[in-house]
Amino acid sequence: MTDTPVDEMSFEEAMKELDGVVQQLERGDVALEASIALYERGAHLKKRCETLLKSAEEKVAAITTDADGTPVGLKPVDGQ
Amino acid sequence: MDLIDDGQEAGNAPEFTVSELSGAVKRTIEGEFGHVRVRGEVGRVSRPQSGHVYMDLKDDRAVIAGVMWKGMAARVATKPEEGMEVIAVGRLTTFPGQSKYQLIIEDIRPAGLGALMAMLEKRKAALTAEGLFDPARKQPLPFLPEVIGVVTSPSGAVIRDILHRLRDRFPRKVLIWPVAVQGDRCAPEVTRAIEGFNRLTPGGALPRPDLLIVARGGGSVEDLWGFNEESVVRAAAASQIPLISAVGHETDTTLIDFASDRRAPTPTAAAELAVPVRLELAVWTEDQGARLTRALGQGIALRGQRLADLSRALPRADTLLDTPRQKLDILADKLPQALSTGVQRRRLALSDTAGSLRPAALRRLIAGQSDTLGRLSARLGPALARFAAQRRRDLDHRAARLQPRRLKAEHETARRELDRLSARFTAAAQAQLADWRRRIDTADRLRETLSYRATLERGYAVVRSGDQVVTSRSAAADAMALEIEFADGRFAIGGGAKPARKAKPAAPSDQGSLF
Repeated sequence: MTDTPVDEMSFEEAMKELDGVVQQLERGDVALEASIALYERGAHLKKRCETLLKSAEEKVAAITTDADGTPVGLKPVDGQ
Repeated sequence: MDLIDDGQEAGNAPEFTVSELSGAVKRTIEGEFGHVRVRGEVGRVSRPQSGHVYMDLKDDRAVIAGVMWKGMAARVATKPEEGMEVIAVGRLTTFPGQSKYQLIIEDIRPAGLGALMAMLEKRKAALTAEGLFDPARKQPLPFLPEVIGVVTSPSGAVIRDILHRLRDRFPRKVLIWPVAVQGDRCAPEVTRAIEGFNRLTPGGALPRPDLLIVARGGGSVEDLWGFNEESVVRAAAASQIPLISAVGHETDTTLIDFASDRRAPTPTAAAELAVPVRLELAVWTEDQGARLTRALGQGIALRGQRLADLSRALPRADTLLDTPRQKLDILADKLPQALSTGVQRRRLALSDTAGSLRPAALRRLIAGQSDTLGRLSARLGPALARFAAQRRRDLDHRAARLQPRRLKAEHETARRELDRLSARFTAAAQAQLADWRRRIDTADRLRETLSYRATLERGYAVVRSGDQVVTSRSAAADAMALEIEFADGRFAIGGGAKPARKAKPAAPSDQGSLF
């Protein structure tokens, strides 16, 4: 388990841990108390994954540069 | 020769100075060959300090000297090397001081595919040797990048394909850095874009991408050439942001593909490498949730089952007690019987013992004991006698060792010694006594000489009051009675004080000696 709070985890982190939690729980060799705690953590991780999946949005912009090629701003791009 | 002959014939022909002729040649050549493309093999190349590059261009029959001025040499992408088949673009000029002409080269590039590929191989080998393509340098791609930077042409199918595929899989924030994807501007712009993305700070006004895609559609080797340039390759290798290259079609390979962290065969494939499919992740997440719930439920159900099994296996309390209870019954049944049997057995033992307890037996026992006593008593007398005899023998033995002669001799010696000591003692004592007597007589004579009585003989007297010697008038005045001693006796008179009674008669004269 990482020390990162679940709500700050990246999708990958949450996914990895959720996978571990599920496997651990499925092995069925954890004490009942621990398995309930595991379940709760798993549910939390799953929620984090769902949140990150829902927040997916497309936003496309092109960088505008000055004469020297230094970026100076953004210009929206039609996603086509 | 014809010219000279003609000249001789046409004696009127104007005469040029050397400079004029040289200038005319220069004008003609520069006018006629102001822009030429020439194909040839690069001969000797020299690069002096000045920065200009001198080279010969040749084929099997001729040689033309060429020069590339410093500024041009820096701009041109191809570095001419001896033996390289090139196409040079430039103009001819003359060098009148030495009657020479040369090609001022403005652009030079490998001629034909073979030459191009040979050069590419050479460059690739050099960069490989430098470790730029080392697999250890490759960075893993992020699983789900937040911001994707795309270096490509802003218009065209490539960016559209990428955006489409991203949208299908997992819509993300995309930053496009527009660049030329072919021609001379391509390499510097792509280089600057890769470096520029790396310079952005995370969370800044322009968000720094977590992943870069450098993409271009298919084209000829020459079209894709920019992505073979060293600056692009170096920028891709140095990129801190993981980089996917997707240049040309699957069969096209450019050097950036070796330096990038992943190579995608097409721009669409790059988008697929860049992000996972959201739907699949959603399904996976849902599935994990279901597995989670199922696993917990199963865990609980299993435990419930196990509990039930164990409960069934647990015998009823009554059943548990049945056997002991039965045992108790049996034992309770046996108890009275056992009691009477026990009493009976003890009674039997008692009667056995009591039976053997008879006077005759006692008497027998006593008789036995007195026999023993008699035997021992009989042994006592002789034993005592034996003992006494033994003692006596010991005594006699010791007495025999006592010798009266020796005792007697010792006694004699002691007696003689005693006699001798007695005699010595007597003699010594008598001598001592005689000595003492002499000393007493001497002392007595001395005493007589020193005695106050001798003084009395000379007429002095001693006045006494009672036992006290009166030596002063005041003492005499206080005395009740006085006594005067003369040489021939004492005489009492009344004292200075009023006589209370008649003076005592004088003490007898024989009272004198104080001794």
